[in-house]
Amino acid sequence: MYLDEYLYSKEHEWVHVEGETCVLGVTDFAQHQLGDVVFVELPEVGQTFEADDEIGSIESVKAVAELYTPVAGEVVETNEAVVDDPEVLNSDPHNNGWLIKMKIDAGADLSGLMSADQYKEFIDGEDA
Amino acid sequence: MSEQETSSATGHSQRPAIAWRNPPLLFELSREGRLGVELPPVGVAESALEELLPESVRRTDLAGLPEVSEVDVIRHFIRLSRRNYTPELSLYPLGSCTMKYNPRLNEEVVRLPGFANSHPLQPISTVQGNLELFWALEQALIQLTGLSRVSLSPAAGAQGEFVGMLMVRAALDKRGEGRRYVLIPDSAHGTNPASAAFAGYQVKELLSNEHGTLDLEDLERAMTEEVAALMLTVPNTLGVFEDQILEIARIVHSKGGLLYCDGANFNAFIGKVRPGDMGVDVLHMNLHKTFTTPHGGGGPGSGPVAVGEELVPFLPAPLVNSGADGFTLDFDRPDSIGRVRSFHGQFGMLVRALAYIVGMGGEGLAKIAENAVLNANYLRKGLEGSYHLPYTTPTLHEVVFTDKRQTASGVTTLDIAKRLMDYGFHPPTIYFPINVSGALMIEPTETAAKEDLDSFVEAMCSIAIEAEEAPELVQGAPYTTPVRRCDEALAARKPVLRWHPPEAADS
Repeated sequence: MYLDEYLYSKEHEWVHVEGETCVLGVTDFAQHQLGDVVFVELPEVGQTFEADDEIGSIESVKAVAELYTPVAGEVVETNEAVVDDPEVLNSDPHNNGWLIKMKIDAGADLSGLMSADQYKEFIDGEDA
Repeated sequence: MSEQETSSATGHSQRPAIAWRNPPLLFELSREGRLGVELPPVGVAESALEELLPESVRRTDLAGLPEVSEVDVIRHFIRLSRRNYTPELSLYPLGSCTMKYNPRLNEEVVRLPGFANSHPLQPISTVQGNLELFWALEQALIQLTGLSRVSLSPAAGAQGEFVGMLMVRAALDKRGEGRRYVLIPDSAHGTNPASAAFAGYQVKELLSNEHGTLDLEDLERAMTEEVAALMLTVPNTLGVFEDQILEIARIVHSKGGLLYCDGANFNAFIGKVRPGDMGVDVLHMNLHKTFTTPHGGGGPGSGPVAVGEELVPFLPAPLVNSGADGFTLDFDRPDSIGRVRSFHGQFGMLVRALAYIVGMGGEGLAKIAENAVLNANYLRKGLEGSYHLPYTTPTLHEVVFTDKRQTASGVTTLDIAKRLMDYGFHPPTIYFPINVSGALMIEPTETAAKEDLDSFVEAMCSIAIEAEEAPELVQGAPYTTPVRRCDEALAARKPVLRWHPPEAADS
């Protein structure tokens, strides 16, 4: 479920670093907590963000959750398929449900993110 | 199989379908040529449409308005009205919304001809009574809040918040300080971040501690000279009073920030503590919650804003002043953020609120707070054996439970809420506040009698037992409502917002 090649944040985002870019999405735990997602708002391509900035929002039948980026950088691509069909976020959050691709800032610090094992431990604590 | 679908051995239904229980739309009732009214013959010479309007602006087809009789219309709306759930029917424990009973006396007073038949454009000398009402209500709210002046203009709580934050911005601009951030705890009302953002600020969220209150060390860290204000909901959405409010105010003021109080929950401490004495600089109140004016489809909201000395110059125009010439409208307010509402706000709501305040009197208002808190705690005690209480801190006017004890058998907060309808109650607020997983947010208000509370507790405890012994029963609820479980995700993803004529249905 939680892929070893991804990094995870306490706000329940996953990050897949590929060289100078990364792909960002929300975790299966997050989509499960949210329930059926009905609306996804993503940033524009070309926008730049600091780490922990709010970059969009995810609306479910239960609530609206803010989307944060754990990584500083510039948005280079957004997943329009998820905007058109938010159900993908529930059914396949770690692959087809990806949200944005970012060009990582040279000075970006990813050391605060968790490994898959650390994240699993983290959500076990949240669940209790 | 639901009760409604049960058939006897002979194949006959015990509960035959009744057409009016699922009433057709007026469009579907429409029959060509059917009339509700017959117009009298025209008394003047008629001209042909072709002579009056050029072809380019003439309709070629009708707008598709339904053609129905008077009885069709009356029945249609009566049928719909029988689906209403209102505080006049039973307990309406929608947390945060304060759905309390609206006294009939308010309705009598607002219908007095002097109020009901006056017009906002009448000369001021002819509506002195109305202006006196504004003035008297402002005086009452000043007394209750301990603040300096009040604008009655905002038409709803959220507009009150927005007006409050615009005044914060104007005051800081006047000081020559361009601050960027507004701090908002995760236990605040959901509209606060939007109000701050619309006023041009970036929102920073503060997390509640294990008591459900603001963490002072967090606040100390976050409160810089770049922060314009802290927006605090008191008591917060967990029903918990910020017992460190004086220290919170000190920290915010020490960095030159302003303390905004969301006073939507004022009914929890009205007549007991004055926000002005707690260090609050600006506060909005919801007349439609604390002061029993109708809302939730029953009437418009009204969200007056009270401010301390520093913010008075920035209040929206006009204010009502009292002087030797009687009551006057003061538009000469050079630092004002401007007009925020046509005329003078929701006049009818202001009349009802003053009627309530005068009717209750000072001691009566303090009793409201006592009973709101007593009722919420009576429910808390009655339900804590059956439902998980995430915060054990004492609560005031509302209490938040979760579905944690029920999820083991697969029953969720949504199921519990739906099942409650079968017991004849409006469900509480669910999945809010968002910092509590599976929240059930219950606010009985001070207008619930002990018997109402007892039958609500009984219903909720029965559902907890059902969740354990027959989870599928709860998961399948509701059974007795006009429509069963709706697909909320489909409704949000693919909303059908208007009726389409049958022949165009496929397009």
